[in-house]
Amino acid sequence: MGKNLYEKVFDLHTVQQLPSGNYQVLMGLHLIHEVTSPQAFAMLRERGLDVMHPERTFATVDHIIPTHSQGRPLADPVAEKMMQHVEKNAADFGVTYLGPQTGDQGIVHIVGPEKGLTQPGMTICCGDSHTATHGAFGALAFGIGTSQVFDVLATQTLTLSKLKVRRIEVNGKLSPGVYSKDVILYIIEKLGVKGGVGYAYEFAGEVFEHFSMEDRMTACNMAIEGGARCGYVNPDQITYDYMRGRRYAPKDKCWNKALDYWESVKSDADALYDDCVVFRGEDIEPVVTWGITPGQSTSINGTIPRKADFPGHEQTLIQEAYDYMGFEPGQPIRGTKIDVAFIGSCTNGRISDFESVVELMRGGSFKVAPHVRALVVPGSQAVKAEMIRRGYDQVFSDAGFEFREAGCSMCLAMNPDKLQGREISASSSNRNFKGRQGSPTGRTLLMSPVMVAAAAIEGEVTDARELFSID
Amino acid sequence: MDPKRIKMTGKAISVRGNDVDTDRIIPARYLKCVTFDGLGEHAFEDDRAQLREMGQTHPLDDSRFAEAEILFVNKNFGCGSSREHAPQALMRWGLGIKAIVGESFAEIFFGNCVALGIPCCVVDEATMDELMRENESDARTSFVVDIETREVKGNRRSYPVTIPAGVRQQFIDGRWDMTAELLAARERISATASSLPYFGGWKYTRYG
Ligand code: SF4
Repeated sequence: MGKNLYEKVFDLHTVQQLPSGNYQVLMGLHLIHEVTSPQAFAMLRERGLDVMHPERTFATVDHIIPTHSQGRPLADPVAEKMMQHVEKNAADFGVTYLGPQTGDQGIVHIVGPEKGLTQPGMTICCGDSHTATHGAFGALAFGIGTSQVFDVLATQTLTLSKLKVRRIEVNGKLSPGVYSKDVILYIIEKLGVKGGVGYAYEFAGEVFEHFSMEDRMTACNMAIEGGARCGYVNPDQITYDYMRGRRYAPKDKCWNKALDYWESVKSDADALYDDCVVFRGEDIEPVVTWGITPGQSTSINGTIPRKADFPGHEQTLIQEAYDYMGFEPGQPIRGTKIDVAFIGSCTNGRISDFESVVELMRGGSFKVAPHVRALVVPGSQAVKAEMIRRGYDQVFSDAGFEFREAGCSMCLAMNPDKLQGREISASSSNRNFKGRQGSPTGRTLLMSPVMVAAAAIEGEVTDARELFSID
Repeated sequence: MDPKRIKMTGKAISVRGNDVDTDRIIPARYLKCVTFDGLGEHAFEDDRAQLREMGQTHPLDDSRFAEAEILFVNKNFGCGSSREHAPQALMRWGLGIKAIVGESFAEIFFGNCVALGIPCCVVDEATMDELMRENESDARTSFVVDIETREVKGNRRSYPVTIPAGVRQQFIDGRWDMTAELLAARERISATASSLPYFGGWKYTRYG
């Protein structure tokens, strides 16, 4: 009987089974950012340990770095201190630092793939829950906590339990104006934010097979929001084409060796799965979240669902969502006035995300509604440079969007980009938890970048397909 | 301190609600720190402020529970961001939370707690309801979370709890500090590394 990619990669990287029944698993790549690493390095120093594989450890800064200017020292002294810690830790322990001055800085989950660090058949970890993103390449990628960051620094290994694997097939075709973001929000709405607990998600089917690498990353990024510990797509020609020529990707003679390995870890055609779910691409419409979890969403022409439509144990959370968001059941989501629009984050801050918006805006005389504050934040310095090269910065500025420096920005607002009071934001990020975007009472509606742009222009949640005449 | 975590005794505090995410346990603005010191006082800060504004009191602001060391919660506690700051804040609040009993826990949060030596035990909904009521009706009640016998005891009676066998054994043996154990396998680690084509073979080669 065949094996799936999760089993193969897990087995290849297993060092040993521990007395606890868990496994000690080797990590091929460890990505580090400023927020969850300083304490881990402090623990390393305390115990007099070294980083075991500094050449497989890469650091950058994303969460706290301001996006209006990266000039040093940073205005916020705490942020400045965190920057200095990353710089010093990287230097002291021989870790490559992809800092702002190198032109390589960006959100960890954007930088890893972009530089060719993320490769198929690898195990990858980072002290950040959206590490699942890297699964798009057929890697097993796990978000970890700070003490695990310390474990990986010191031992290059991690304690993991074996997950079950659910294959999620999305077959058929997506309609125009429906994007990877809509697909993953749809999946989470159907399977629930806890539906994936204990599972790795293998995304498959025609829709995923046709997706670009960036689309696959968007979906894998949010596997964690569906409760799965990681998500992945089997590598294929699209993966290899994306990888070829990237800075840290194998080259010359090594390329063929790498290809052999990558092909060998793919799920076998007769692989067994613990569960299998099938969706139809045609059923998916642009999705907008209305509540306080990424699973509380509706299609653009839908209405806020009624409490009675949910099982008893979910009803308290539904009520909490109505109360927090100030929405009534039965109310259409379309037409909801917004204050802020944010395009960026590790979910949707890649070049293709901005491209999808610019292509629709170009040629039209679209302007951001006067009452809306609209931010366009590239996920990395490389994305920013490419946007400028293509003239996207101008297109966005002309339309009234602020074009910013690379970083996490308003995805979680640990930097100066924050909602004020009860503002409502249309956001291309991945979390709509209470207070997520910097104001304890701020409200977030998650949607695709194109839908965010449409909302910015209309000043309210709208169907981008109509505004931009997508058909 | 003895690393064994077999029997945790102390007063309790109940934080009601399902799906309490880590952003609520410790708001993101407190992630801007280079050590975990001082996080405790900011635990549940936004929830506490919100209730205060409504003229209500969050249990963490209720002086009756100020000495609590055992935390009672409902379903899917600790969901959301993987930040370890959440258990770090809880273990630094007041006297420090030593054990958590709940109806279910988010996986990463659970793992983070294990790594810090905080057992998370699971009980069913009815049991949690009784435990919370017992706790809230008399804050002085002392509870015992017994990992060995797998039970939580209040004044009135004891209830069975579940905890994964492996994790339970780690706490009993005092082996939740995994780093030492992982490091002991140095040779096997390098053997696994050299068996992987990319570790020993093409490595990361930088060009240009
Ligand atoms: S963009 Fe948001 S989700 Fe992604 S790493 Fe940054 S803060 Fe985390």
